[in-house]
Amino acid sequence: MQSKTRIGAIAAAVAMLLPLSACGSDPTSGGGTGDSSSPAIVIGSANFPENQLLAEMYSQALEAKGVKVTRKFNIGARELYLKALKEGSINMIPEYNGALLAALSQGGAIPAGVTTTDQVNGALKKVLPSGLEILKSSPAEDKDTLSVSAATAQKYSLKSIADLKPVASKLAVGAASEFKTRSQGLVGLKKEYGITFGSFKALDAGGPLTKTALTKNQIQVGNIFSTDSTIVTDHLVVLDDPKNLFAAQNITPVIEKSKVKGDVGSTIDAISAALTTKDLTKYLAEVAVDKKSYNTVAKEFLSANSLD
Amino acid sequence: MNVVAPVPMVNYLGYLLDGANWTLSGDASIPLRIGEHLEYTVLALVISTAIALPLGLLIGHTNRGAFIAITLGNLGRSLPTFGLVLLLVIWRGVGLAPLLGALVVLAIPPILAQTYAGIRSVDPTSVDAAVGMGMRPMQVLFHVEVPMALPLILSGLRSALLQVVATATVAAYAGLGGLGRLLIDGLNRLQYDQILAGAVLVAVLAIALDYLGATVEHAVVSPGVRERPGRRTRRSSTSESSPKETADSIS
Amino acid sequence: MITYIQNNFPEIRSDLVQHLWLSLLPVVIGSVLALPLGYLAVRRRVFYQPVVNLGGIVYSIPSVALFALIPAVLGTGILSPLNVVVGLSLYTLALLTRTVADALISVQGQTTQAAFAMGFRPLRQLFGVELPMAVPVLFAGLRVATVANISLVSVGALVGAGGLGNLFTAGFQLGFIDPIVIGIVLSMLLAGLCDTGLVLLQRQLTPWTRTGSRA
Repeated sequence: MQSKTRIGAIAAAVAMLLPLSACGSDPTSGGGTGDSSSPAIVIGSANFPENQLLAEMYSQALEAKGVKVTRKFNIGARELYLKALKEGSINMIPEYNGALLAALSQGGAIPAGVTTTDQVNGALKKVLPSGLEILKSSPAEDKDTLSVSAATAQKYSLKSIADLKPVASKLAVGAASEFKTRSQGLVGLKKEYGITFGSFKALDAGGPLTKTALTKNQIQVGNIFSTDSTIVTDHLVVLDDPKNLFAAQNITPVIEKSKVKGDVGSTIDAISAALTTKDLTKYLAEVAVDKKSYNTVAKEFLSANSLD
Repeated sequence: MNVVAPVPMVNYLGYLLDGANWTLSGDASIPLRIGEHLEYTVLALVISTAIALPLGLLIGHTNRGAFIAITLGNLGRSLPTFGLVLLLVIWRGVGLAPLLGALVVLAIPPILAQTYAGIRSVDPTSVDAAVGMGMRPMQVLFHVEVPMALPLILSGLRSALLQVVATATVAAYAGLGGLGRLLIDGLNRLQYDQILAGAVLVAVLAIALDYLGATVEHAVVSPGVRERPGRRTRRSSTSESSPKETADSIS
Repeated sequence: MITYIQNNFPEIRSDLVQHLWLSLLPVVIGSVLALPLGYLAVRRRVFYQPVVNLGGIVYSIPSVALFALIPAVLGTGILSPLNVVVGLSLYTLALLTRTVADALISVQGQTTQAAFAMGFRPLRQLFGVELPMAVPVLFAGLRVATVANISLVSVGALVGAGGLGNLFTAGFQLGFIDPIVIGIVLSMLLAGLCDTGLVLLQRQLTPWTRTGSRA
């Protein structure tokens, strides 16, 4: 009787495992097709609008050249999409060179003395996982900033991040949850500027939550992206970063080496070269303020620059 | 779960076992998160009960508007809770009110439907007898119908409770607190030990609260109702109602 | 609202299609596995309580956590839709195993005794008598699992495969209400349609109930 029960238990366990083992191999992660002239490419994006817009621009330009593009947008934070890139679930993503360097460097901080775009990219090439490479950086920049409302800036006479030090314990800072554990986040702010905020609110990556919380004074300091048009419309004050914690942040596509074939590299480089910070702010506002789709806005950009 | 767990999951227990996460205050404080989670849960349950219970009693007692109770029950189950929370947060901003709004909307259907079903399941001859004894409508309701409907009413409350406990986790994506914070933060930072800690804590909290509910149910349901033959009809329908109750609890 | 649909029609359509298969495939997988497990729990009653308890525990794991932990356990890609499929299959399995067991218990009685007396072998009795009789209860569970899956898939948007949930996160990041409302409405419509489909299928499978009281 007892052995019967045990056999039953094993059978039950095996049955429970079946769906798991049956699904053990992942058909979506294969990717690599033999076609050498125009490889199929999976393009990913982070989970904030600007990055999705950029990914859409690169996707459309590649499609115009006959490259088969699969879109895997809105993945999440860098921690998540870098993993996806390393395991081959995506082959390319628009990145920000400074932030990427910080994420890949020892201790999560940009090496001392590395500030310009060339220096950042040079350092980046050394730490990039094998199999990946960066393409040309765009002149367009989007930095992480610490921004405050005009009222807060006046109240504590804030101009630079360094000014926060004496008052930070009275302030709440809001950002995406990964900001708390990143060197280009609370960790670096403490190390470089000696700042410890009164509290940290996990909101979103420079999105509506952070902006609303800032205007409603639920937080006093927000991690806003420099290309955000609400900096102007909501009269936010972007605090200077004298210690260059948030180093050069040029749009820089990261791609799997094996995918740089045929027109792929030159097509992507052409987009990056045409894009300016002003463009980025303008087109992003069309998405975020005018509620146009990424698709439409990306098309507009490509045709305005004769890249379609 | 133990079928899935053996190999790597043990390596992910670090977060849960780290004493630094068990301090009573600060951002990493697990007790604080549990407290927030309980706060949302209790508030949402109290508000939804205050709305759904009288409404269910009214519909059951008068047998008018049954259509509303059934339709709301069905709609409630098909409502994607994740979307609802995000919708309310976009609409009203980060805060307790939009979160509670979403949780209350989710908790009303099970309470309403089970209260209505409970009152309707009361043997009509008992009601007739009470009326014949000269009881007024309110007396019939509170001295006969409610005590006899109590098992079903409480099962509605318990499934609402489970649903709210689970849904409160998704709300963390909208910048709110609670145990979902561990899941969303862990996911964004790809820290599996934090995700596992969140999963274990939510599961334990749900099971503990359900156990508490069962204890309360046992204590307040009249032994006469519990043991009466009518229970047989309840049991035969268990298989039909139990998956609904369980299904309500996931989010 | 209409403008948003016009501008984003291809995305909405592909989200809808993904939503459909991400939610229904697990129902199929879960059902197929729940049948033998549920049968086992009835034949060997010692398993009944563990199966019910295990199901309860699986159900109390939040879906975000389940979806996110599966790649760590199975080694699937972190963005693979399989994570959502496996997660929802586990929920469905947990739910339906109990339903199958309860359904088989509920039909035991004179009819099954008669079948036994007529010399039906256990398997023939199961497929010829018990399962058909258990259809109403089985379908009640199936409907609950289907509707629950359809509303749960959207959480998968947090792990790269969310069907209509992609509309929720898209709207959330931009502060737009339109895509979120569209996603909620479509998701509920899908649930309603699938539920109705199952009710119709059930009527086809149980012709003897049609003349009796309505279900």
